[in-house]
Amino acid sequence: MTGAPVRTQGPDIQSGTIKDRSRAGRRAYSFPAPDVPGVSVPEEFARRDRPALPEVAERDIVAHYTRLAQMNYGVDTGVYPLGSCSMKYNPKVAETVAGLPGFQRAHPQQPDHTVQGALELLWRLERAMCEITGMARATLQPPAGACGELTGLLLMRAHHTKQGSARARIAIPDSSHGTNPASVRLAGYEALHIPSDARGLVDVSALEKLVDEDVAGLMLTNPNTLGLFEEDIEKITNVVHNVGGLVYYDGANLNAILGRCRPGDMGFDIVHINTHKTFATPHGGGGPGAGPVGVTEELVRYLPVPSVERDEATGEFRLASDRPDSIGRMHGFHGNFGVLVRAYAYVFLHGSDGLQEVGERAVLNANYLAELVKEAFPLAYSGRPMHEFVATARPLRERTGVRAMDVAKRVIDLGFHPSTVYFPLVVEESMMVEPTETETMETLDGLAAAMLQAAEEAKTDPEILHRAPVTTPVRRLDEARAARHLKLRWS
Amino acid sequence: MRFAPHTDDDVREMLARIGLDGLDELFEQIPPSVRLDRPLDLPEGVSEMEILADMRGLAAANRSADDLVCFAGAGAYDHYVPSVVWALAGRSEFYTSYTPYQPELSQGVLQALFEYQSMICELTGLEVSNASLYDGATALAEAVNLARSAPGRDRVLVSEAVDPRYVETLWTYGRGAGYEPEVFPVRDGRGGDPQVEGDVAAVIVQHPNRYGILEPARELFGTAHAGGARAIQVFDPLSLGVLVPPGALRADVAVAEGQVLGNHLNFGGPYLGVIATRLDDVRRMPGRIVGETVDVDGKIGYVLTLQAREQHIRREKATSNICTNQTLMAIAATVYLSWLGPGGLAELGRRCVAKAAYTAERLTEIPGVEPLFPGAPSFKEFALRLPRPADEVRDELIERGFLAGVPLPDANGHALLVAVTERRTKAEIDALAGAMREALA
Repeated sequence: MTGAPVRTQGPDIQSGTIKDRSRAGRRAYSFPAPDVPGVSVPEEFARRDRPALPEVAERDIVAHYTRLAQMNYGVDTGVYPLGSCSMKYNPKVAETVAGLPGFQRAHPQQPDHTVQGALELLWRLERAMCEITGMARATLQPPAGACGELTGLLLMRAHHTKQGSARARIAIPDSSHGTNPASVRLAGYEALHIPSDARGLVDVSALEKLVDEDVAGLMLTNPNTLGLFEEDIEKITNVVHNVGGLVYYDGANLNAILGRCRPGDMGFDIVHINTHKTFATPHGGGGPGAGPVGVTEELVRYLPVPSVERDEATGEFRLASDRPDSIGRMHGFHGNFGVLVRAYAYVFLHGSDGLQEVGERAVLNANYLAELVKEAFPLAYSGRPMHEFVATARPLRERTGVRAMDVAKRVIDLGFHPSTVYFPLVVEESMMVEPTETETMETLDGLAAAMLQAAEEAKTDPEILHRAPVTTPVRRLDEARAARHLKLRWS
Repeated sequence: MRFAPHTDDDVREMLARIGLDGLDELFEQIPPSVRLDRPLDLPEGVSEMEILADMRGLAAANRSADDLVCFAGAGAYDHYVPSVVWALAGRSEFYTSYTPYQPELSQGVLQALFEYQSMICELTGLEVSNASLYDGATALAEAVNLARSAPGRDRVLVSEAVDPRYVETLWTYGRGAGYEPEVFPVRDGRGGDPQVEGDVAAVIVQHPNRYGILEPARELFGTAHAGGARAIQVFDPLSLGVLVPPGALRADVAVAEGQVLGNHLNFGGPYLGVIATRLDDVRRMPGRIVGETVDVDGKIGYVLTLQAREQHIRREKATSNICTNQTLMAIAATVYLSWLGPGGLAELGRRCVAKAAYTAERLTEIPGVEPLFPGAPSFKEFALRLPRPADEVRDELIERGFLAGVPLPDANGHALLVAVTERRTKAEIDALAGAMREALA
């Protein structure tokens, strides 16, 4: 059972870019016969050169991009255990509903009375998001989690400004995702780094010392980036609230606690959700996502506009912008509506019982896989992991010189997508593994066997790991060269 | 409906292997005081048939561009999406993949993005692009952050004829970044005279602008440069078969709403944020960038590059916080631009110009209907002055089967912005003119 699960072979004539297939005069487009008189653009505005787009037949396009697709790994190809990414199976029915013309062909500037279905969907989804997270209201506008973070931080800023209290800093744990500090800066704050303790949890006494009235808030994932539940969460939120700060829940790891506990009940004031993680909206090779943000009653007045409101008397839905303290607009229109349609399908297919089961099975799968591989790849911290675990290849490296990246590349040759490696940064030779709930026990057994085989080979035949992968369309790529000799477009 | 595959036996066996007796034991580290002691207040799960019925009902409650003949634009357009676009972008190896962290398993997405970046450079006449941003409005906010990197230059001047939703987005992003966009007035729907002093970082012009009018962009950008500021152009990608591209107009940064490149209307998203700039600014570029390199055998391959700009490496010093972007929409755009090619792009542009001109002519034959800006050159969109409030007229035309346009606040709410894509037929345009004539009679 060796060989990467992507296409590696094909005739040379098919290699290269779409431009390499271009032949002058070849074309794919067609238009109806002209039915109105031609009009030219005034001379001063008219383009004279032709952009060098490819000239290809439709058949060339299909062959080329089908080949590229076959060279790519997706959840549909197999298990995709990237820690912090929750790459679970994306239900096909969600694609079907997102393609319904009533959704797909609705124009964002139509009057409310012609888009009552779209508005009702958003209204219902907002309420479901609030119930799941324990928040009062939410905005569905942010088009991704990082934009949700910025939204949340701008809400904090608006809140403190309203209180007449200018604050300069946001506390973030040293294990946090890189978007957290980047969002902090975009929101005009400085990051205040909070150390982890020996358990891999927020060091509460350090937090108490570091946090003062210059701190606007704290950003935290729970379970945290090491896959561990912050057991002192109430203490943590209290420390921040006691200095007048707000606490932000980064929803990257919400999958672990669905139906078991809610950020709102832990004392969080602001929550973002990554729909492509928790609610299985496909990630598209990098996006689109959606990053709804929920808030407590106190912060509703600052939420972005427009929001969707329902007239209690008539039952009609409308887009409303009458929120004078709003931070404004986070997206050109109403956010990634087509993604939210898929999230709606996922949430209401599962319902309350199904969502709780999602969390349970995700945690079960992660713990089972951790158990299977722990001899070779011990957990970085001793606490019980939740939906993902952070193991380390440090003992393996010390014994054999083989690194986490080498293990990952060998796992590819053994037929699987590897875990996240070298994140979180606070763990040496980290391997962050998140199998998600949609994988079978047999798949986890197979992945574990591949990881253990790689660890064994590290001792007996390390060269096989250093050379890996050898079964992929390309082998290890020279990233330094890519950055040094920039080639960012065809020439 | 569930997607977790576990049987009861699986659960027992897995728990036994972990050394636990029940699932609840997996959650014992959660303090009892914060546990939810009730089921979530949501309906019970349903079957696929039931969710389809529910959502078909919601979709049917919308009257989309399939039900109404669409002349609405103002930032989102009913261009034709050829079948091949989503037949390919919709392949699940693309749409169910993650950000390409393991390049050996992600050459498909990486190469498609490299081709996308190349095509955006060809279109715009600029030197570098990226793997996409969220949408046009947020791409403009990112462009402003890029332009504000010069020390002592903080102010941002925006033409009054830039889409107001873009300006609102700048206001929001500016709260964090520390600027307030300053709007400079236009005359007769275009132009204006931005005062570019030594503390101005950027001058923003949309061309074609929010009224669909072609701007004297070269002159405005010249004014920006004379004052030492960067020139930012908001452009329409589908205008670039017939209009001089941003690079040749001497824009430093060009951003666009890429929805028009093979993406559906989708009630406003997911769309595609397009950005392109000069090579000098590549290290200030937000988001993912794909570069070509070679593997250990010397074979050409593609990787994410210049990652030292990005949040996962640079943290608070990153050029942006963007992580998840709109890659799939960029892949759709790549397929679409391959379908068009240079000939199709030019033909499409000519058709938009011709059909918009014909529509304007027919509609202004109606008594009381006039161009809002007479004689202004346009691409595919134009503004009318109506004898009655535009929202009333629009609503009456909806009853007659037309989404006639988007009302503007101009002319005391009597202005209507009408967009005409290559999809609209002469028969549809004539029918709109007839219906508007009746509605206004």
